[in-house]
Formats: sequence, structure tokens, C-alpha cells
Amino acid sequence: MANDRYEAHDYYLMDDLLSDEHKLIRDSARAWVKQEVSPIIEDYYERAEFPKQIIPGLGAIGGFGPYIPEEYGGPGLDQISYGLIMQELERCDSGLRSTSSVQSSLVMYPIWKFGSEEQKQKYLPKLATGEFIGCFGLTEPDFGSNPGGMVTNIKDAGDHYILNGAKMWISNAPFADCAVVWAKNEEGRIKGLIVDRGMEGFETPEMHGKHSLRASATGELIFNNVKIPKENILPNKDGLGAPLQCLDSARYGIAWGAIGAALDCYDAALRYSKERIQFGKPIGSFQLQQKKLAEMITEITKAQLLTFRLGQLRNDGKATSSQISMAKRNNVDMALKIAREARQMHGAMGISNEYPMMRHMANLESVITYEGTHDIHLLITGMDVTGIPAFQ
Amino acid sequence: MKILVCISKVPDTTAKISFTDGDTKFNEAGVQFIINPYDEWYALVRGLELKEANNGTVTTISVGGPDYDPIIRKALAIGADAAVRIDAQPTDSYQVASEIANYAKDNGYDMVLCGKETIDYNGSQVGGMIAELMDLPYVSLAVKLEVNGTIATIERDVQGGTEVVEVSGAFVLSASKGMAEQRIPNMRGIMQARTKPLTVVPASGSSAMTEVVSYELPPAKTACKMVDAEDMDELISLLHNEAKVI
Ligand SMILES: Cc1cc2nc3c(=O)[nH]c(=O)nc-3n(C[C@H](O)[C@H](O)[C@H](O)COP(=O)(O)OP(=O)(O)OC[C@H]3O[C@@H](n4cnc5c(N)ncnc54)[C@H](O)[C@@H]3O)c2cc1C
Repeated sequence: MANDRYEAHDYYLMDDLLSDEHKLIRDSARAWVKQEVSPIIEDYYERAEFPKQIIPGLGAIGGFGPYIPEEYGGPGLDQISYGLIMQELERCDSGLRSTSSVQSSLVMYPIWKFGSEEQKQKYLPKLATGEFIGCFGLTEPDFGSNPGGMVTNIKDAGDHYILNGAKMWISNAPFADCAVVWAKNEEGRIKGLIVDRGMEGFETPEMHGKHSLRASATGELIFNNVKIPKENILPNKDGLGAPLQCLDSARYGIAWGAIGAALDCYDAALRYSKERIQFGKPIGSFQLQQKKLAEMITEITKAQLLTFRLGQLRNDGKATSSQISMAKRNNVDMALKIAREARQMHGAMGISNEYPMMRHMANLESVITYEGTHDIHLLITGMDVTGIPAFQ
Repeated sequence: MKILVCISKVPDTTAKISFTDGDTKFNEAGVQFIINPYDEWYALVRGLELKEANNGTVTTISVGGPDYDPIIRKALAIGADAAVRIDAQPTDSYQVASEIANYAKDNGYDMVLCGKETIDYNGSQVGGMIAELMDLPYVSLAVKLEVNGTIATIERDVQGGTEVVEVSGAFVLSASKGMAEQRIPNMRGIMQARTKPLTVVPASGSSAMTEVVSYELPPAKTACKMVDAEDMDELISLLHNEAKVI
């Protein structure tokens, strides 16, 4: 990837629907990614390390909370801008986009929507620049698709709470400065709270051995009688709906991000199909390869239209959780299939790290699992259209 | 320090090139446009570095229609303070240079910076013409520019080495690769660009001195012919009869 030859593809002239500023934001993110991240991503992926040196740059291009209002240090952009940035980041690597999604939608968003004025002032400006990195603790060892069953809990101890429990599979955890953690109070009600690094009894061991999302750091959050000051509780929303509202925002960003990964794979395959000669002809001249390419760009174009419309609905405050589930599920599955086909089109070269498909493919196995698995999103659509939940 | 930077709009380097109107016009359909890289990466960025070091202002100037506005906003997002667009379709180097010179001469700039050429028409003329029309010194193909008080020290690439030039007072310069490093607009810059002034001024009515009669694409690349390493006769015959080089 040292030589990132990516060119975007816009079969249905979607650019005509974007403002000049949208395009400037997207193109700047793309240029930054090509200059700063593409040359190093394979190396960091192989070493299973997040390239922390890019954090200030990621903040500068709007990678952290682009929709956060200016009064809290964000640029106050619309949802389409957020989507376009996620698309460009995941075009490079899902791990890069994950760091950005978590910080934006799962840390800044709940503080902005459910936090006190003091919490917003204290955390949001620093999170926007990347001076602070945050993480989001919902999943537990025994509660993944069913987060409502969580056992992590807080007990009222007068002027503070005592937090106990453990979270696992938490993106950014190993180096996060703060964590938005979901825990049950004594009445069994889910509350959001901010846990700062350095609080006694709070640890964040890194999880190793991932075959996917290797350029993103994943860890556990362990709480052993951690004293949480009362002002660290998010006061303005509780119940499972609160973390789910954050997930809506993140899933929306993933829907855009997956298009980026798919575009990168398609772009590589299209170029390779014209350059690779077999039987005296470019492989792109064989019908079987053309079928793959034609189906890829068709699926990408459908996803672009679906997702742009979802962006408009979110801008208007009308997008439902179920609509977001549909886009997340469709687009990640689409990207994963395209990664596989594009890898096959590269023959043996497709498994090497000179091309991005294998990395995207492995990454997308996480993306199809986190923020609601492929199955769970189907059940959400099923419930939405029938009115009958089929989760239990 | 008042700096004027000329910004031109050119097709993206990956654009497919074709012509219309009997091969007299570039076909803009479906083409993405960018700031001419020599203007953006070298002239503008060096202008911004000098402004930052010397407390100055950078104004960009372009001759073009409203289709120029997106690239002008990008120049503002990169850091220019203000932009001027002279409202006329650019036709040839003389018309562009005289429109810019007419605007610049009453505004007291310490320097006018432009790229060494645009990557579409490769004219390399506008800078020299502006200098002539404003009666200012012109230094072309500059790779380094330092300013100390009223003296500018400029390095130029010359065959096999470097030439160092000094100018005092206002001057016009065309920038080559090496003058500065590309700056990618950041979010703060993009937001600030929203409210920076982009002033549209009517053209002074300069007209072109040349007219394009036709464009031609270079001949298509022909396929590579493989010759057996043992078969020297075939190679010589091909070089002689087909390539006609021996
Ligand atoms: C790299 C990575 C990063 C992550 N980052 C975070 C993070 O930052 N914060 C966080 O809180 N979590 C994070 N997660 C956790 C992620 O959200 C969970 O893994 C996900 O919700 C699935 O939970 P699980 O792994 O426990 O799978 P399970 O819930 O055990 O599911 C196993 C399988 O059963 C299926 N299944 C489960 N329930 C049903 C049902 N009712 N009907 C039909 N099928 C069902 C699932 O679809 C799946 O195929 C991350 C995960 C990964 C891999």
C-alpha cells in the first residue's frame, strides 16, 4: 500500500447531490489518508498496533465528532459529512474508522446528548482534537448481543458510586484516557458513566491474537471497586435506550464506512483486471471477471443510494433505528462479499499485503459482528415489519 | 507583507481528455477540476509560510466564472485570507495576465506568486506577462524564496546547478517543485473558509491576442512487440522497416 493508487468510483453521479463543502471535506480526508496512513497501514496491521502518531491529524481532518457543535470544539457538520469522513477512513482500514467511530459516536455523542454542561466542557473539546481518546464499554464476557443482561454494576456509597464488573472487546481501551461505561444501578436500571484512566481499581489490559481489525487496539475494562464521583454519571438519559441511541449513530457511520472498504476492493480489482494478462488478454476481457466487476459496482451503487438517503433522513431527524440497521447490515455484507470476489480476481497476489482486499476482508469480519451482528440486524428488520420480536 | 497568489483551475490529472467544437475546445463533461498543483502546493503554500512568519496577508486571484468558486474555497481552506475572482472566461495567457495586472497594480502587493505553468496548457507565460504589464522584476522557475526586509533571495534551478537571484522591492515569481510542501485543508480551515471574503470583480475587458485553431491528442500507444532474443535479423528488420530508426 506504499503506493496508494486509489481512485473513487461514482457510477450514478452521486457527487451531484453533495455540496462543494461536502466534497472538500471528503477529498481532504482522502488526501490525508493517502499521505499519512496508506504508507504505514500494512505495517501496523501486521504488528497489530494502532498508529497513535496519526491521532492529531485524524482530529484535524474532522475524524473526531464532526457533528459536535462548535461551542464544544467540534465543527458542527451535518450527517452526510460525518458519513463521508467515515467512508474515506474505512477506504483505508476498518480499524482506523473504528477508532474514529468509537470516539465520535460512542464517546462524544453520549457526552453531548446525555451529559451535563460540565462534562461537555471538560471532555468534548479535548476529544475533538484527539488530546483525549475515549472508549465505550457495553459488551461483557457473557453479554454480547444481549447487552441488557449486563452484570457490571454501581452501588451508591453516599457522595460517590462504587463500580464493579468487566467489559470485553472494547475498541481503543488499551490507551483510552476515559471510558463511557454502561452499568446497572441497584434498581437494575442501566446508567452511563465516565471512568477516567488512573482511577483506582480500573485496568485496561489489551486483548491479543486478533485475526481481524489488527490496526485497532482492543482491550478489556476491569473495574474493581472503582470509586466514581457522582458528577461522572451521565445525568440526562438512562436505560438500554441510551447506549442503543449511541449505537444508531455509530452504525450509521459504519454503513458509510463499509462503502469505502468496498470501493477500495473494487478499485483494486478493476485496475488489476486491466493490467493482468492471461491467455494473451487482460483478465478483464473474460466474461466471468466482468460479471464480478459489474455486480460489484451495481451493489456499491445501490449501497451509495441507500446510504445517502439515510443521511438525509438523519439530517432531518427522521431516521429510525430499524432503517439504520438495514443499511449497516446490507452494506457490511456487500463489502465483505466484494472483498472476497476482488481478492479472488487477484489470484495469488490477492493474498499478499501489496493489495488491500485480504486486510479489508479480515477486518469486515469484525465489522459484521460488532455494533449488532448481521443476524441481530435482520431480527431488528423482522421485528420492525411484523411487529413481533424474535430475539428470545 | 501583502502577497497575491494566482490560482488557476485545471482538470484532475486522471481526467480523460477529449475535445469538442471541431477540436477547438477541451471537453469538460464529466471532468473533475482541481487547483493547478504548482499554484497550490508551491506558490500558495510558500505565500502562506511567508505570511505566517511576517504577519502578512495572502489574497488569491483567479480569472474565471462561478465554476472557479469550489477551488477558490479550497485555497481559502488551505489558509489564504481573501480571494478575488475576476469575472471572465479565461481565453489566453495575455488576457489572464492583463486582467490580473490591472487588478494588482492599484493594490500595492509586495509580491505576486504563481505556479511555473498550469498542468493543462503548459503556457508558462502568465507570470512573465504580469511582471511586464506591471513593470516589475520577474523570476521564473523558483525553487526557494526567502524574504529579508525588502530584499528577496530566490533560488532557481538551472542546467546542472542552482542560480541565486536577489530582488529588491515588489516582484513576480513563478514557483517550481520544491518551493514548499503540499498542505491538506483541515477542518478548521474548511470552516473558516465559509466566512472568508471571495470578492467577484468585473473584468477590465482585456482581450486575447491568440486563438486556438485546433487540439490534437498524442498518437495512441502501440502495443509492445516481443522479439526472440536469438533473432537479431528480425529485430534489425523491424527497427529498419517499421520503426524506421536505423
Ligand atoms: C474487534 C471488535 C471490537 C469491538 N469493540 C467494541 C466496543 O468498543 N465496545 C463494545 O461494547 N463492544 C465491542 N465489541 C463487541 C461486539 O459488539 C460484540 O462482539 C457483538 O455485539 C456480538 O456479541 P458476542 O461477540 O458476544 O456474540 P454473541 O452475542 O454471543 O453471538 C454469537 C452468535 O449468535 C448469534 N445470536 C445471538 N443472539 C441471537 C438471537 N437472539 N437470535 C439469533 N442469533 C443470535 C449472533 O448473531 C452470533 O452469530 C467489539 C467486537 C469486536 C470483534
